[in-house]
Amino acid sequence: MSTWKVACLIAVKDLRVERRSKIVTNQVLPFAGITMVSFAFALDKQNVLDTVAPGLIWLATTFSLLILVQRSFSIETDDGALDAMRVAGIDARAIFLGKAMALAVQLLVLEILLLFAAVVFYGESIQSSGAQGPVLAVVLLVTTLVSATCGLAAVGTLYGGLAAGFKGSETLLPLLTLPAVAPVLIGATKAVESAVGTAGAVVSEGWQWVGLLAVFAVAFGIGGALAFGPLIDE
Amino acid sequence: MTTIDPARTELQPSEPPPQRRSTGTRATRLVGIGCITAMGWLVAFGLGFSPADRDQKESVRILYVHVPTIWLAYLAFVVTAVSSGLYLLTKKQSLGWDRVAGASAEIGVAFVAVTLAVGSLWGRLTWGVFWQWDARLTTTALLFVTYIGYLAVRRLGGSHQQRAKRSAVLGMIAVIEIPLVHFSVKMWRSLHQEATVANLDGDTKMDGIMLFSLFVGVIAFTFLYVWLMLHRTRAMAMEDMLEDRGLDDALIARRAEAANQQNGAH
Repeated sequence: MSTWKVACLIAVKDLRVERRSKIVTNQVLPFAGITMVSFAFALDKQNVLDTVAPGLIWLATTFSLLILVQRSFSIETDDGALDAMRVAGIDARAIFLGKAMALAVQLLVLEILLLFAAVVFYGESIQSSGAQGPVLAVVLLVTTLVSATCGLAAVGTLYGGLAAGFKGSETLLPLLTLPAVAPVLIGATKAVESAVGTAGAVVSEGWQWVGLLAVFAVAFGIGGALAFGPLIDE
Repeated sequence: MTTIDPARTELQPSEPPPQRRSTGTRATRLVGIGCITAMGWLVAFGLGFSPADRDQKESVRILYVHVPTIWLAYLAFVVTAVSSGLYLLTKKQSLGWDRVAGASAEIGVAFVAVTLAVGSLWGRLTWGVFWQWDARLTTTALLFVTYIGYLAVRRLGGSHQQRAKRSAVLGMIAVIEIPLVHFSVKMWRSLHQEATVANLDGDTKMDGIMLFSLFVGVIAFTFLYVWLMLHRTRAMAMEDMLEDRGLDDALIARRAEAANQQNGAH
């Protein structure tokens, strides 16, 4: 069976486990929602919220990523399933890709809901100025979501696999992940600012950040696939 | 004075323990003397002979520590990355490379901490604030946190080879991570003054005695780095040997206990 096929099977398995356990819908999504509401309490003023909303979306996504990664690997390590998959001869790259794909799907759903939350709570809207109206802004937003999600999923899976099963992994994971995802936090925030027109930003300014996000996703996708095997083979 | 062989990782239970009293050798003492001498020079030039700057006034003296420590920290992280690569890519997978990587990262983190501490003091005197969200400062802070994470991973436990493999992979991942972080933060913003000495056009914009004081600082901190590296890698080898020895002793004690129980039963 090819690596991609095995990866897809693992991704489907992870998503099925999540659908049945409902941890994501019952705990992670409400956590992300309450984070957005808490930001509004802390920042208070509407004009401040308008300015910082794109950053808050990605901050809430990053915090939720940590919970999702912990969850993704706790289901594997509790019953030694990760070791069992390796003993069964499954390629480590397939495990990495499968888990990253499942994580990416969950993150994408979360980000779309957070965008809606930003529209409702912070009054954000898509930029409609320019020759082609909101079309380019929507394309920029979708491309940003996809590329940032791929990068976050790759980093999360890589460090989740490293920390899995160790005492103190709950605190180690943020320590490793947060500095690594700083480029995504910066790039995705700037690109969304361009898409929604924060502080006069124009759509064309956002594409350079999408380029950075794409490079990040590719680098950590390849690096993660190569490094994941040595990290979990212990 | 007797020293240890860093390449050795295991001891035979029957083998008498070697005499280990210190990580010092003649070479480390020479490097240590060199370090003390160069530090003395640095104090003399940095605080005495070197004049105050026209714009930065007395605060320019902070740079004689700030600049060498960050240069040495970069060198330390390069050594960590190269040693990690050598551990992973060589057939023997020698723990010696792992210890070099770990020791260098520890020293690099300490040097970055010094850079950030004295840099924030310089910032307060020159810019009026301790911290600015400037590209180089932010990258340095993220670099600091990244390698604290690396050191935390080294302490996760497991066998020496497990620790070495795990941290070597992380050391290599940092090679991907750091340029991306640096590039993104540079795109984000930049306020820090351009490099005065290590600039690409080769034009050094610094007074002669100030440049010499900086050079003395680089020499002094290089001696310190080498001295710390020698001691720390040897101390790490000792820690590994101690752990192995403890395990061997526990096994011997357990076997003896089991043999006594069997003899008692008969």
